[in-house]
Amino acid sequence: MYIHKRVANLYRDSVSLMQLSAALGRLPGVEQASAVMATPANLELLRGARLLDGAPSASPNDLLIAVRGKSTAALEAAIAAAMEELQRPPAQAGAGGLAAQPPRSLQMGLAQVPGANLALISVPGEYAAAEAMKALRLGLNVMLFSDNVPLADEAALKRYARGRGLLMMGPDCGTAIIDGIPLGFANAVRRGAIGVVGASGTGTQQVTSLVHRRGAGISQAIGTGGHDLHQDIGGITMLRGLELLARDPQTRVIVLISKPPSPRVAKAVLDAARRAGKPVVVNFVGAREPASGANLHTAGTLEEAALAAVALTAGRRPARPPRPGRKIPKTKFRKNQRFIRGLYSGGTFCYEASSLLGEAWSNAPVDPARRIKEVWKSSGDTLLDLGDDVFTRGRPHPMIDHRLRNQRLLAEAADPEVAVILFDVVLGYGSHPDPAAEMMPALLEARRNRSLVLVGSVCGTDEDPQGLARQESALRKAGVVLAESNARAVRLAAAIAGRRA
Amino acid sequence: MSALFAKPLSVLNVGIASFADAIERRGGAAVRIEWAPPANGDARAGAALARLVNDARVEAANAQAAERYLAAQPRLEGIGVAREALPGMGTRMILHAGPPVAWERMCGPMQGAIVGAILYEGWARDAEAARAMAKGGEIAFEPCHHHGAVGPMAGIISPSMPVWRVLNPVHGNRSFSNLNEGLGKVLRFGANGPEVIARLNWMRDTLAPALQAALGKLGPLEIKPLMAQALHMGDEVHNRNAAASSLLIKRLMPALLKSGAPAADAAAAVEFIAGNDHFFLNISMAACKAMLDAAHGVASSSMVTAMARNGVEFGIRVSGTGERWFTAPAPLVNGLYFPNQSIKDAAPDLGDSAITETAGVGGFAMAAAPAIVKLVGGSPRDALANTLAMTHITLVRNGGFTLPALDFAGAPACIDARRVVDTGILPVINTGIAHKEAGVGQIGAGVTRAPLACFAKALVELKTSCR
Repeated sequence: MYIHKRVANLYRDSVSLMQLSAALGRLPGVEQASAVMATPANLELLRGARLLDGAPSASPNDLLIAVRGKSTAALEAAIAAAMEELQRPPAQAGAGGLAAQPPRSLQMGLAQVPGANLALISVPGEYAAAEAMKALRLGLNVMLFSDNVPLADEAALKRYARGRGLLMMGPDCGTAIIDGIPLGFANAVRRGAIGVVGASGTGTQQVTSLVHRRGAGISQAIGTGGHDLHQDIGGITMLRGLELLARDPQTRVIVLISKPPSPRVAKAVLDAARRAGKPVVVNFVGAREPASGANLHTAGTLEEAALAAVALTAGRRPARPPRPGRKIPKTKFRKNQRFIRGLYSGGTFCYEASSLLGEAWSNAPVDPARRIKEVWKSSGDTLLDLGDDVFTRGRPHPMIDHRLRNQRLLAEAADPEVAVILFDVVLGYGSHPDPAAEMMPALLEARRNRSLVLVGSVCGTDEDPQGLARQESALRKAGVVLAESNARAVRLAAAIAGRRA
Repeated sequence: MSALFAKPLSVLNVGIASFADAIERRGGAAVRIEWAPPANGDARAGAALARLVNDARVEAANAQAAERYLAAQPRLEGIGVAREALPGMGTRMILHAGPPVAWERMCGPMQGAIVGAILYEGWARDAEAARAMAKGGEIAFEPCHHHGAVGPMAGIISPSMPVWRVLNPVHGNRSFSNLNEGLGKVLRFGANGPEVIARLNWMRDTLAPALQAALGKLGPLEIKPLMAQALHMGDEVHNRNAAASSLLIKRLMPALLKSGAPAADAAAAVEFIAGNDHFFLNISMAACKAMLDAAHGVASSSMVTAMARNGVEFGIRVSGTGERWFTAPAPLVNGLYFPNQSIKDAAPDLGDSAITETAGVGGFAMAAAPAIVKLVGGSPRDALANTLAMTHITLVRNGGFTLPALDFAGAPACIDARRVVDTGILPVINTGIAHKEAGVGQIGAGVTRAPLACFAKALVELKTSCR
């Protein structure tokens, strides 16, 4: 018996067709096979070879596959094999020995790596929303590092993502750790059972680093971006993150980090947290009111949040927050020398300090009444977020470029009323490769010929490229009094300057 | 459900490169996208693109348009006279290449060719009178594309000129092109002297009837298989047509001899065709036009259905945006120039022949024509690279046009305006270069690129029409 199949308007050269014919002839149950362009001469050949009879309705532009054998099944299988070969996708066709072109769009990248599942986007803000929308439309989860994206665009992106079950981290999302992989500004931490959803990049860095330093680990750390809990956004990403972590079997305890949200958004987030089915530690930095609920645990500081989460994964109840146990260095200050100046690279650290010190002036105050009037001139206790736009215009972020902070540090040190200079050092991927070395000359100069206390905390881990121990030891040598966390550093600074925090 | 957590993290990194380094240092997978602001930073086009990427309607429309392009079977039916054959052709109308352009703005070669066409039609006694007539608004100038036609270089078609008639019986659409005059002093480069007019007269009076008689004897000639075969013989059927012209003459000659055409005419016709390696070009162009017109007019489709230049502007049309042209200034062509000629002497990019690239041949099939890359200044590897680059901005590979040097993969075809804007990879065009003054002729050949702005404008319009 014999059957044939016509493929309309498909041209193949005769050599390719002879190869195809030979391959079909080798298939089991096939006695003879031929694939030809259906010219009158070729059709005559097929009839002569007992592969065809009569005159099929085929034109010379059609390709004809004819097979002879014993069973219909074998012949149909052969035709199917031929069709598959003819329709072999172009991706498998050769590139003539040329290397693949580097992808120039997300879509091109996805074509090269069809398994890609997240786009990490850090293009200038004016292009960021469009790039993120493309990524979502292509079915990718997104971490949008870029800032300066209008709130309306953020809402549109997050609603689109929500409708398609995708995670939209950011805009203005600095930090995430997915499957143990650091994204953006993030620390190298071991994997574990604590999941984090953070609206603050440095907040997430502090909590994940401290968890690592206490021997525990992170399942996932999801960033939402700084505006997610704004009432126009409604916490879409925090709610989605909570949902993902609640479902994630690796995650046993969840930590939520944010500045205090608007009451309506706070209610939605806390309601969802109560339904998470696992303990949730809530740190709304600077919030006065504790969250209530059987599985909810309020933490006053980022450090408390980390310690509570570590305790909960070990099956313990979180302990009362520790008071600064360390000895307060005795320093002889002159009569008018009494103020604290905080110079922060991490915005949330500055905010946390403002929350703990209360009365300090700041460009990121918890109490709007304490907003500093003139950011270039400190007075009284002053806490500055040097990552604020006003300082970063035209220069890199202070986690990468320490020059501005070094200058400001020397200016503060020259102020006779200053007793304590307080600062953070943020390690991890994205940050400066050796911040201690970068700060060293300014730190040494600041304390030359005067009694002044430098208090700092290093946010990072032993696995970070900069090395926690190496950085801490260098800073100690420069005379910096170090605390394990920002909250401890703030309290220590307050104690040294003789006030409460 | 998000594929995050369940599958290994695999990142596409757009922007700060060190983020990808960090991912890899911690054992993750990251691909670095070579990003630049889409549409050269045109925010409106960028936003339109973001809304059109992977849009279900656009995807479905493109699949349909590409399917129609692939299914089209252009067939050479014969020769006609422009005034009778071309839809909407007026008695005092002259067609030109590219998007619409007024007489005053036309480049030198186009004005020269129009003067020649007026003399050929006998509407004016001399060049001066012809010029005055053209300037005086007595003659309608319209793009070939508005009448189902295409013409290389100046692309001039006047009412009594013979035209190739192509039919795509699958979708029932027709297309047309003028007959190729050869090289040297020819109308399409703006020459209009007595020898040019004499040749045009001979083509009308002798060549066209002989060809019509031959095709009458032969019956309709399928063009795609001929193009496909030529691609296997070193042509890309735009700037190299040596093989295709030979194949054509091989098909026509027996029919011509049997047609009863006077022996002297048949001999002259054969000699003329044999002396012109570009004779097939106009047939290739008409065939491409037929395939692309079949794909035109699918609502929401972002597939480009025409690219054409008038020597001043480069214009494109898109399947889903109707008859509108999206234009940008025509670029000067960087190429190899004949002795004593340079880019300073060149007219900006000119001609409807970029219809071949639009249809997946020409520059898009450069891998098929290693001999051409020397002319356009490059190595055979560059030819392969150019074809491969086009796969990133096209919707399909045309299995009807296979490329031996790329393991017989199909030629990349059906330009997606979205992908052009998103990647910044611009359609590559093999082209001849005309002298900027009328009548000097071809002064070189090269490779040029379609301007990005055309595609950006098209996306803004498509986004509006997709609402």
